[in-house]
Amino acid sequence: MIPQEIHQKLTARFGDAITEAKLEGVHDPFLRVAPGHIREVALFLRDSEDLRFDALMCLSAVDYTKGKLGVVYHLHSMKWGHKITLKVDLTVDAPHCQSVESVWKTANWHEREAYDMIGVVFDGHPDLRRILMPYDWEGYPLRKDYQVPEYYNGMKVPY
Amino acid sequence: MGLLDQRFENGNIIITSMDSVLNWARLSSLWGMQFGLACCAIEMMATGASHYDFDRFGVFFRGTPRQSDVMIVAGTVTLKMASRIKLLYDQMSEPRYVISMGSCSNCGGPYWEHGYHVLKGVDRVIPVDVYVPGCPPRPEALMEGLMKLQEKIRNSSLAQRKSA
Amino acid sequence: MITEFGRVLIFLIIGGVFVAAGLIFARLIRPHRPYPSKLSTYECGEEPIGDTRTRFNVRFYVVALIFLIFDVEVVFLFPWAVVFKQLGWFAFIEMVVFLGILFVGYAYVWRKGDLEWEKPSPRIPRYERGVGVREPEMTPEEMAV
Repeated sequence: MIPQEIHQKLTARFGDAITEAKLEGVHDPFLRVAPGHIREVALFLRDSEDLRFDALMCLSAVDYTKGKLGVVYHLHSMKWGHKITLKVDLTVDAPHCQSVESVWKTANWHEREAYDMIGVVFDGHPDLRRILMPYDWEGYPLRKDYQVPEYYNGMKVPY
Repeated sequence: MGLLDQRFENGNIIITSMDSVLNWARLSSLWGMQFGLACCAIEMMATGASHYDFDRFGVFFRGTPRQSDVMIVAGTVTLKMASRIKLLYDQMSEPRYVISMGSCSNCGGPYWEHGYHVLKGVDRVIPVDVYVPGCPPRPEALMEGLMKLQEKIRNSSLAQRKSA
Repeated sequence: MITEFGRVLIFLIIGGVFVAAGLIFARLIRPHRPYPSKLSTYECGEEPIGDTRTRFNVRFYVVALIFLIFDVEVVFLFPWAVVFKQLGWFAFIEMVVFLGILFVGYAYVWRKGDLEWEKPSPRIPRYERGVGVREPEMTPEEMAV
């Protein structure tokens, strides 16, 4: 199924939850989803018979600078062999996004990493805590405006 | 109680010969605590394998700090791991030595500039006896580091240090 | 001049002297500098949590007990085997009776299933769970500093 058909199916079902679609060009075709609707869109994509996106390949968080964050979902269907990318836009002041952990279990650790590194908080995640940094680390390291702390637990961090 | 440990002012003939026997015994069977953290661990495994054998020096790897003499810190030391390294070093029994293998544990290595999660050198948490440079050091380099440690042990003594 | 028992006593004394000399010499030579961090329990570098007293599967006890009983039976067989020739048929019948009684016990243990190491539905002992498994007490907002 080509991305245009997937876009048509989604807009037919959800209408204005799909805010944008960039399907032509050299990049991967992606659809922009409103943050409050990502979970039902994900559920529909996974369970609908002719879409069947049963594999979440990757969930990544992005810092676009100037106070804008985002989450990117790369989906793949093992049954039909098609792929699609979803994007969600968030801001630093309201970094809340719905969790798709109940849809694809692999999102459990991916969302923990997104929370740890960029600071996106996933509502509905059963166990949201840091996964790569120590549990008492302060700050989100992969943000563009991150400052390396001077000391951590008595150890000097910079060279 | 260590009745003879660090008690004597200067070397007399009894201490000297006991020193040489004790140091020979200690350096000939340095049981290492395997602490492979990253890529240097592969080189440490290669040194322990059959081509560059560690066992002919009397070194074989123990899994626990209670039974080991030397801790070979091989690999990147992250801040998360550093507190555990400190505790494990504390749990080793004297006489204990540390070999820092590879540039990540010497000085932070390739992560020295931008590594927010890396401890720039394991000597910020534990005292190190021998540094083995390299990224990763070849097995021959690690063996030279071990032999330098053996030389250091050979020159140590039961007598008290005269310097402050 | 010295009896056989005397020779065994000399062996025992020399063995004891070896052990004691080694321990005393080690006591003299080794450094002894304890401090609380060194004396803490080893748990791969983490802070130790939970109790070390866990429950063991009872099959270890059962196998050890069965082994003990049959080992004592074999111990009884040894002196009998040495003087067996001189005692004749009576000793043979008596030993067969003894082995028969113990064989009944062996058959009972076998039938009951106590010789099986792998049980069909084993019970795994429960350990206290540690870091990484416990439910976090803080909400994500609190953890976000």
